[in-house]
Amino acid sequence: MTRQTFVERSFLAKNPSVLWFILILALFTLGVTVLSEAYGVAFLSTSFVKTLGKTLCLCLVALAMDLIWGYAGILSLGHMAFFALGGYGLGMWLMYARTEEIVVAALAQGGLPATPEEVRQGIAVQIFGVVGASEFPPIWAFAHSFWAQMALVVLVPGGLALVFGWLAFRSRVTGVYLSILTQAMTLALALYLFQNDSGLRGNNGLSGLQNLPGLGDVSQDALSVWFFWASAFALGAGYVLLAWVVSGKFGSVIRAIRDDEQRVRFLGYSVEGYKLFVFTLTAVIAAIAGALYYPQAGIINPAELAPIASIYLAVWVAIGGRGRLYGAVIGAAFVSLLSSWFTGGRAPSVPLGFYTVNWVDWWLVLLGLSFVAVTLFAPKGMGGLFDLWAGVRSPDRKGAALGPDDGALMEREAKE
Amino acid sequence: MRPFLLSLATAVLLALAALCPAPALAQGAAEILTANRALIEKPTRAKIAPVIAALAESGDPLAATVLAAWAEKGLGLRKADGAFFLIDRSGDGWALRGLDGADAGMAARSDIMELRPNAGVRGLIATALVQFTLSDPDPARRAGAVESIARDPSADHLEPLRASLETEADPALLSQKARLERLLTLRFDPDPAARVAAIEGFGADLGLDLRAALNPLLATTRMAFAGDPPEGANVARMLVPGRDLTGGEAYDLLVAAGMAPARLTVEEARAALLANIVDGAVGGVPVADLGTQAARERAYTALETAGTVPQAATDAEVEAAIAAHRFAEVYAEPDAAVTTAAKAALDAIGMKVGAMQAADLALDAVSLASIYFLAAIGLAITFGVMRVINMAHGEFIMMGAYTGYVVQLFIADYTLSILVALPLAFAVTFAAGVAMERLVIRHLYKRPLETLLATFGISIALQQIAKNVFGTQARPLTAPAWLDGALTFNDVVSISYIRIAIFVLALVFLLFFLWLMRRTRLGLEVRAVTQNPSMAASMGINPDRINMLTFGLGSGIAGIAGVAIGLYAKVTSELGSDYIVQSFMTVVVGGVGNIWGTLAGAALIGVLQKGIEWLNPSNTLAAQTYMILFIILFIQFRPRGIIALKGRAAGD
Repeated sequence: MTRQTFVERSFLAKNPSVLWFILILALFTLGVTVLSEAYGVAFLSTSFVKTLGKTLCLCLVALAMDLIWGYAGILSLGHMAFFALGGYGLGMWLMYARTEEIVVAALAQGGLPATPEEVRQGIAVQIFGVVGASEFPPIWAFAHSFWAQMALVVLVPGGLALVFGWLAFRSRVTGVYLSILTQAMTLALALYLFQNDSGLRGNNGLSGLQNLPGLGDVSQDALSVWFFWASAFALGAGYVLLAWVVSGKFGSVIRAIRDDEQRVRFLGYSVEGYKLFVFTLTAVIAAIAGALYYPQAGIINPAELAPIASIYLAVWVAIGGRGRLYGAVIGAAFVSLLSSWFTGGRAPSVPLGFYTVNWVDWWLVLLGLSFVAVTLFAPKGMGGLFDLWAGVRSPDRKGAALGPDDGALMEREAKE
Repeated sequence: MRPFLLSLATAVLLALAALCPAPALAQGAAEILTANRALIEKPTRAKIAPVIAALAESGDPLAATVLAAWAEKGLGLRKADGAFFLIDRSGDGWALRGLDGADAGMAARSDIMELRPNAGVRGLIATALVQFTLSDPDPARRAGAVESIARDPSADHLEPLRASLETEADPALLSQKARLERLLTLRFDPDPAARVAAIEGFGADLGLDLRAALNPLLATTRMAFAGDPPEGANVARMLVPGRDLTGGEAYDLLVAAGMAPARLTVEEARAALLANIVDGAVGGVPVADLGTQAARERAYTALETAGTVPQAATDAEVEAAIAAHRFAEVYAEPDAAVTTAAKAALDAIGMKVGAMQAADLALDAVSLASIYFLAAIGLAITFGVMRVINMAHGEFIMMGAYTGYVVQLFIADYTLSILVALPLAFAVTFAAGVAMERLVIRHLYKRPLETLLATFGISIALQQIAKNVFGTQARPLTAPAWLDGALTFNDVVSISYIRIAIFVLALVFLLFFLWLMRRTRLGLEVRAVTQNPSMAASMGINPDRINMLTFGLGSGIAGIAGVAIGLYAKVTSELGSDYIVQSFMTVVVGGVGNIWGTLAGAALIGVLQKGIEWLNPSNTLAAQTYMILFIILFIQFRPRGIIALKGRAAGD
């Protein structure tokens, strides 16, 4: 094999969009760094850098959603639950370690060096006083160890996805039933975490996550940029990983499962295995995105994993364009930034004479209706614009269905 | 013990009173007062008792008036001649009335001494008065007296109550009094046999008052004994440290009883160590090393040996002390026969209450099931029959509830407004459903996942619009007065009329649905279109029209359900989203496409949720969590629900 053919057949050569994406992400990261308060000309406020960093995390979870929904055809309404679980996982360590610093400092004033029991008791009272407890629940057993907790960030959502997915796929729950089931799982998890005796501080959630233990003298300006870098790196790595996953034979199989599950099964593929792998992989990616997101947000509570959050995730991906990775990124970035612009009160109100449209109140209405419009009239989402630009069109099938099954898009519908 | 002593004391005093020369029996109230003038002027609780008793037993009808006036500072003494009057403040002076109520003119402020009994004396008077009110000619006052005794029973009430039984004419009041007498007997009668008889006489009565009377009899305290418990102690059960109580609790009992020195708390040890730092060390241990519990204990022991700090129990001493003592729960009630009878009675009641609670729980479960059924029946049409996922279904429920609220703003009469609201809510949500079907869902029949998404979008928009229009706070939807209150079977089993109404409504809907689908032209056409649209169209049915009507019907029923749910819960913009997941669960668990399945699903979910709540009553959130988990597992084993369609109707 000559070098020429190797380059032609390599993953990147077949997927030029990955290079473009990495390039744009790198330029964007560089630009934000140069414009930040800590390392540049202070054009962007720290809070805006945090917003951008959070947006990158949302893009990452949208990528995961695109893989499971856009490629594998499983509309999961539970991925924001995995996202929040990841946040809780890292948040536990952040809160423990940060409180430990405070408690040790306070006990050092006492004249005697603190015993380990006193420190642990002090931390427990500090963290759980708000829910009327002073003992560590068993799930905090590893909270003192960064590495154990990091492992849990991946293992807990991954394990949950594995068990849930195994149960659901094994009994051939598909389509809307699976969506409703994942939504029920999310609701159950949220309701559980809302209890005060869940061990995760009930609806108070975990707070003060923006302060990194051991880095008390590093300003938030610098920290925000560090987290931005980490988020950008995670997004880039996630993009390359997922692009690689969907480009090979594996990608073909999961797309085939989306289009006709029965036929793939008859061809001898283990449909359940593929689905389970994709479900678990995307859950883990979502959890990592969450672990990066919540230290930037500073607080996490059970409202974050309300079923509606997962629905918004689906909204982003649908508006951005399903079945193409950059579409998910564009959708998540565009909608979430637009959403924070509208709900932040900065969007100008529209006076109609008899009534003034205040965007803080009406943004969700606009979002909901535009979502309906996208579903009806532009199933390809914003990513479809790239097709227009590149001149890619759907083949003319004389109005027949695009896929082999009843649920496949009719060509007439696709054109609408 | 105390009530017994009290009644004994009263009896002795009564005897003394009889022996005393001054207040002879069968005197008039006025004579008794005059004879005991000195005592009455400066009464003490101990000495005045015979006088009050004499007044109470004098048989003089004036005695009640006199006692009541005395207790309320309405009795006065004319200083000049020592005559007693009923007094009322009037301007600067007193308006006087004779004891018989006849007007006796006015008196200057300084001429009259107002009698002011202290709290103890007032208590004695009140007890004496009870027997008058218990035999008052006015039945309302008698009932009031019985109620006040039932609220706050004491041993003193027993005798007057018994006395009044014989003269009671009103049969209802008589039975109340008789019951109260038995309740007082079992608590306060000096004769244990009478108490046991009273307890056993009740059997497994479900009254809360009986349980309230029995429970204090079984009150226990935990006690520590050096050896076996003494002979007289009425021991409920022995306690074994480690099994029945923790070592810490056992030791605390010993400390509380003064049988062992207090244990050193971490804070005290810390304070003691801090107070004894000498040259950077405590008891020879350098301060820097005191970072472990073991080192601190070493240092403290060194201080103990040096005598600078008090002795404190170490762990070993604590264990030895616990091992050397025995622990028991001891009844406050000394008589074993009484406690045994009370325990047996309570156990029997407990059994019966348990059975009744199960019945009550079943009623609750049925009513919850009917709420879920109501919320889900619209879905049973749109999702079950048409296979259209409508995530905005919850918002249709909310729209129905808000329609009811708006109607109540215009129509003040609650009965009328509900009657108007039900059809209006149907009309509003029917129109909304038809509009949604025409504009959105029609285009997506081949793409179920995207129907789900589009209706999500509509749901988000509708919810926010409701928030913008009606605000975020809950709006009231008031039920008519005849739905207030509850149908009460006994102290345990009851069900509110609103829940009964919801149950009836659910039943009506079930019958309506069955009639519609099986007996009407529309139902026939709906079933035809669902099974095979093109064939139905060939038979002259217009599938578009049928789909539109069916969807509108499902939405309209959601609106009516919204009015019913609004009566029971608060109306907020989130009302619908609270029910949407459960509604889908109901339809999916029951089996899609079958109304009986939806009914079974609602029943299962209702029973399940109430059952879990019963196991863990403090936590409804946990109940919902576990219920959803159960459903997820259930679907693993019956993916097509409880009642699965078979054959051609199943579609695939």
